[in-house]
Amino acid sequence: MKSNIIKSIRLTLVLTVVLCVIYPVAISLAGKLSKGRGNGETITVNGKVVGYANIGQSFTQPKYFWGRPSAVGYNAAGSAGSNKGPSNPDYLKDVSNRIDTLLKYHPYLKRSDIPAEMVTASGSGLDPDISPAAAKIQIQRVAKVRGLDIEAVTALVNQHTEAPLAGLFGPAKVNVLKLNVALDALKK
Amino acid sequence: MNTELFGIIASFALMLVIGIPLGKYLAKMFAGEKVWTDFMKPVENGIYKLSGINPNEPMDWKQFLKAMMCINLLWLVYGFFVLLYQDKLPLNPDANPGMTADLAFNSIISFVVNCNLQHYSGESGATYLTQHFIFMFLQFVSAATGIACAVGLFKAFRDKTTNDLGNFWAYFLRAITRLLLPLSIVVALILTFNGTPSSYADKDKFISLQGDTVNVSRGPAAQFIAIKHLGTNGGGWFGANSSHPLENPNYLTNITEIVSQMIIPIAMVLCFGYFIRRKKLGWVIFGVMMIGALLLLIPSIGSETGGNPAIAKMGVSQVTGAMEGKEVRIGPTATAFWSTFTTIVSTGSVNGMHDSTMALTGLWQLLGMMINGFFGGCGVGVLNYFIYLIIAVFISGLMVGRTPEFLGHKVEAREVKIAALITLLSPFLIMAGTAIAAFVFTNHGSANWAVKPSAWLNNPSFHGFSEMLYEMTSANANNGSGFEGLGDNNIFWNLSTGILMILGRFLPIIGPVAIAGLLAKKKYIPESAGTLKTDTITFGLMTFAVILVLNALSYFPALALGPIAEFFSMPK
Repeated sequence: MKSNIIKSIRLTLVLTVVLCVIYPVAISLAGKLSKGRGNGETITVNGKVVGYANIGQSFTQPKYFWGRPSAVGYNAAGSAGSNKGPSNPDYLKDVSNRIDTLLKYHPYLKRSDIPAEMVTASGSGLDPDISPAAAKIQIQRVAKVRGLDIEAVTALVNQHTEAPLAGLFGPAKVNVLKLNVALDALKK
Repeated sequence: MNTELFGIIASFALMLVIGIPLGKYLAKMFAGEKVWTDFMKPVENGIYKLSGINPNEPMDWKQFLKAMMCINLLWLVYGFFVLLYQDKLPLNPDANPGMTADLAFNSIISFVVNCNLQHYSGESGATYLTQHFIFMFLQFVSAATGIACAVGLFKAFRDKTTNDLGNFWAYFLRAITRLLLPLSIVVALILTFNGTPSSYADKDKFISLQGDTVNVSRGPAAQFIAIKHLGTNGGGWFGANSSHPLENPNYLTNITEIVSQMIIPIAMVLCFGYFIRRKKLGWVIFGVMMIGALLLLIPSIGSETGGNPAIAKMGVSQVTGAMEGKEVRIGPTATAFWSTFTTIVSTGSVNGMHDSTMALTGLWQLLGMMINGFFGGCGVGVLNYFIYLIIAVFISGLMVGRTPEFLGHKVEAREVKIAALITLLSPFLIMAGTAIAAFVFTNHGSANWAVKPSAWLNNPSFHGFSEMLYEMTSANANNGSGFEGLGDNNIFWNLSTGILMILGRFLPIIGPVAIAGLLAKKKYIPESAGTLKTDTITFGLMTFAVILVLNALSYFPALALGPIAEFFSMPK
C-alpha cells in the first residue's frame, strides 16, 4: 500500500508537468498562428473592436438586424440557455409574446413566416447566427428605417449568407454582427 | 436530403472510419506488439523511472484494483483542497472565488470519476489553474483509468488460465501517451484554428455596435475541450458547454467534437475482440451496441426535427425543427444526434440544452444513461456491458440446463452474485435518489439551503420531476449532462449526486474486474459441441433482450412519471 501511495504521488507530479504545462502551453503557442491569435477572433470598425465574430450581441434597435432571444441577455461573461421545457406554460407565454413583438415591428409578416429561432432562446445565450430566412423577414423593416433600397439590403443579406460546410454539411447561416457592420458601412 | 442530414451521416461515417482501425491498433498496442507509436517508449521509460514504477511487474486482480483505487483516492483528496482554495492560488485572472466545501466535494468527485457533472459555471466558478491542473488533468487520467481497467479485464481472457491481469500503471500510462495525448493535440489544434481560444488571456471587454459594454470570458479552452470529448468526460470550459460559440465555433468543430467522443468507446469494443483473439465476439458486441444506439437515435432525430407541437399551434414555422436551447450553426438534427451519443457514451457534453428538448427525446436521453452500456464511457462502457454478458450467460445456462460458461471458464454463484449486485445498484441509486429528492421538494420546500428546495425546479409538473430524475441518472451513469434548469448548487444535490457518482463509478469497475480475475483463475475448459457460443448473433440477441428486459423492468415506472407523462400531456 505504502509503495502504491508513493508511486501515485510521483506519477501524478510527472503527469501534471506533461498534461497541464507542456501540452497546453504548446497548443497555446501554436494557437498564436490562428486568426485571433488564440484569443478569439474580433471584429473591428475604424480600428475599434466592436465585438467577437463568434459571440452574438444584443440588437434591439430597429435599424439593425436582430439576433435570437437570449436567456443571459448576451452577457458573454456567462452563458446559458433558458432550460425551459417544451410544455412549460410560462415559457409558451414568453414565446407567444415574442411572436407578438415581432409582428408589431414587422406588420407585413404572417405568423407562418416567422422562423422558430427568432422566438426561442439559444442554448448558449450567445448564438451569433440566424438562418437566412430569419434575416430575410427583417429586410423590409431595416431598409425602411435606414431609407435604403430593399434590393441593396437583400443583396447584402445574400452576400453574408454562409453556405453549409463544403456546401454539403450542416445548416446555412447569417452572422448577425458581420451583417450589421456591413450594413453600417453601406452608403445611402 | 437536406444538408443537416448529410452532416450527421458524415459524422457517423467518420466515427466508424476512425474508430474501427483504432480498435485494432489499441489491441496491438496494449498487448505490447510492435506499433508505430513505439517512439514514445523513451518518454514512457522516463516517466516510469521518475515515478518508481516497474511496468513489467504482473498484478493479480486485487493488486490491480488496489493500485487503481490508491491513485484515485489521492486525486480526490488533493483536488478537493485545491478547489477549496482556488481563489488564493495563481492563474486566476478573473478573480473568481474559492468553492464552498459541498461544491468542491461534488466537483472533485465528478471529475475523478469521469462524470463531469458541473454544479459551477466555468466562467465564474473555476480558475485557469483549477481548469487545467485539476479538471483537465483529471479528464486525461480518469479516462486512462477506465481504459486501463478494461484492458485488465481483456487480459484475463487472453490467456487460458492466469492470475495476471497485467500492470495497471503500464496500461494507464500507455492510454495517455499513445492514445489520449496524441489525439488531444490533433483535436485541440483543429479547435483553436477554428476559433476556440487557446491563450491564457483573461476576460475581454468591448463596446458593442449598439453601445452596450460587454465582457467576454475566454481562456485556454481548446486544450480542455479536446480531452473533454476524447476522454468521454464532457465537462465544459464555459457554462453552456459545447453549445457555446467559442467552445464549438462552427459545423466543422461540431463534427470534430462528436466524432472524437465516439471513437475510443467504439475502438474499445473491437479492441476486446482483437485482444482476446476472438474478433467475432468484438463485432457481435459492436453490432448489439450499434442497434441499441440507432434505436435511441432515430426517434430522437424524429422528435427534434418535428418541432414543438405547442409552438406549432401558435402558427410559427419550425422548418428545421425545435430551436429552444439550440444553436443556428448546429441545427436540431445535429443536436439530436449529439444528444443520443453523449448520453449513451457517458460524455455528457451538450451542444444544445437537453432540458429544452422534446419530451420523448428526454426519454431516449434518460434511457441511454440508464442502460449505460451501448459503447459507454472510455473503458467503463465495456465493463458495464460485461455485466450484461455475464447475466445473459447465466440466464442462457439456466434455459438449456447446463453450468454456464464464458470464454472457457465456468461462471458460478460468486460471479453471478457480483454481476447481479452491480445490475441492481443502478436502479437502486437512481430511484432512491430521485425519491428522496422528490420527498425533500414536497415536504421541506423552505429548507434554508443555497437554493431552497421549493425553487429547485425550473419547470412545473412532469418536466420538473424529469429534471430531478435526470440529475440522479446522470450522476449514477457518470454522464454529467443535466436538465440544467435544476437549481443544483446546494448542499442536497452536491452531496447526494457526489455519493451517487462515486458509487456509480467504482463499484461497476471493481465488479467486472473482480469477476474477470476470478474467472481467469479457473481451469480452462476447451470448447465442445455443448458449449454456449458467445460470439454468435443468437447470443448477441439474447444479450440485447436481457438489456431491454432488465432496464424496462427497472425504469419504466419512473420514466412514466416524467417524460412519458409529459409527452401525453402535450397538444398533438
